[in-house]
Amino acid sequence: MRGAGISISIENASLQYHQATTPTLQGCTLHIPARQWTCLLGRSGSGKTTLLRYLAGLLVDQVSWQGTLIISDGQPLNGRIAYMAQQDLLLPWLSVVDNVCLSYRLSGQTITPDIQQQAQHLLEQVGLAAQCQSLPQTLSGGMRQRVALARTLMQDKPLVLMDEPFSALDAVARHKLQSLSFELLKDKTVVLITHDPQEAVRLADALYILNGSPAQAQAIAVPEDLPPRALSAAAAQIQQHIFQVLGQDYD
Amino acid sequence: MTDLTQLTQPAHKLSRSSKMSQSLGRLLITIAALVAVWQGLIMLFDLPPYLLPTPLAVLEKLVQRYDVLLYHSWITGQEIILGIALGLSLGMLFALQMLLFKSVKRWLLPVLIASQAVPVFAIAPLLMLWLDYGIASKVAMAAIIIFFPVTTCCYDGLRNTPQGFLDLADTMQASRWQRLRHIQLPAALPALASGIRVAVVIAPIGAVAGEWVGSSAGLGYLMLQTNARMMIDEMFAALFILSMLSVALYFTTDYLLKKLIPWDL
Repeated sequence: MRGAGISISIENASLQYHQATTPTLQGCTLHIPARQWTCLLGRSGSGKTTLLRYLAGLLVDQVSWQGTLIISDGQPLNGRIAYMAQQDLLLPWLSVVDNVCLSYRLSGQTITPDIQQQAQHLLEQVGLAAQCQSLPQTLSGGMRQRVALARTLMQDKPLVLMDEPFSALDAVARHKLQSLSFELLKDKTVVLITHDPQEAVRLADALYILNGSPAQAQAIAVPEDLPPRALSAAAAQIQQHIFQVLGQDYD
Repeated sequence: MTDLTQLTQPAHKLSRSSKMSQSLGRLLITIAALVAVWQGLIMLFDLPPYLLPTPLAVLEKLVQRYDVLLYHSWITGQEIILGIALGLSLGMLFALQMLLFKSVKRWLLPVLIASQAVPVFAIAPLLMLWLDYGIASKVAMAAIIIFFPVTTCCYDGLRNTPQGFLDLADTMQASRWQRLRHIQLPAALPALASGIRVAVVIAPIGAVAGEWVGSSAGLGYLMLQTNARMMIDEMFAALFILSMLSVALYFTTDYLLKKLIPWDL
């Protein structure tokens, strides 16, 4: 899906679970720019995943929302989202290529040879063409996340929501997958939740820290050069700043 | 450059075949030990054949009366297989109903639990009355006895689908039917497989108990008849076949389930 992409503005938002006595987010304002990467940082329980799940439409009956949610083209987000979680969520009973085609199966469409070919092409892009008929349990953690990335790309949605998709990988695999994801998702609006300040500074066009209780979003300036960034003095300085801001929330 | 997978493959095959021969070896040693203990008990306590026949006498009966034993085994085998098929179908149907319709679950679950309070042996005479002395009453007994474990295992599997899979399906706009077909049912298969393993072990109990209450054929019937006529060696032969039938059924089922459902969640 090409075009201008979609941006999202959240203004003065409050979000509270029906069973909870206090809101998770309050007075939260942030802007998710179109066709760029927005990274959300914050300690565990700060509400990052809740916000992401709300945007994904997974909390419809569980939370009350107040505030403004503006989508640039005025259309609802429903059906225009691809979701990538910390677990790869590959179905163990399907082959790699069938997992990549999952969205077609779940919408009741027949998997035509064209769709198969498209999936095969994406698997080539993530370097797993040879494993297309393998079962996910025969692959390493890094390979499985690359299949999940191919599945996300196959959906071809303008908004990609990523909840710590690289966190379970070793440092080298993580670095490689970050670069690959950044390259392949360059036309998408991406929201990435991460616990890793280095990852956030490397990939973010826009960066927010959710801190406080209830949480608010604090914008953090990113280095001027374009992501994915190499480690530099400016990047290191911002990382240090992030640690200080996050540290306040632990005190 | 040598491909490492090519090097490791024969080793893998070798280890699999050596594992199989080890298992076979263990089985043969266990059988030999049991037969030795059996023969030893007879010699030690000087037990008469009407209390405990020798292994050789039982083996002789197995050879001499193979036609009779085969006929009755065929009857019991049919009862067990049909009972498993019926119990599995009903169990899966009930589990699906409970998953899909919350109100049905509220009504069915207490009935299901209460039904387990009634011993199957106690309702066997009723089944004979309603379904006659033929195969139907034994099939019903086997089905009833496996119904509860199959239903609970299948229902547990269906309602414990990993939340991440369901979230993914939701973000992909899956309908309720597509979600059930492509996510919940396959995800429930490992749990259902546990239920099936229990079912194949206890289904023969239901079938034989049914034969004891009233029948004109089957291994249970043969055991009753031979016991009444003091043909203890033949009774042991029937018991031996019944045990082998159950063991073969379990291991075949286990092998097939491992082949068909190689994943775990």
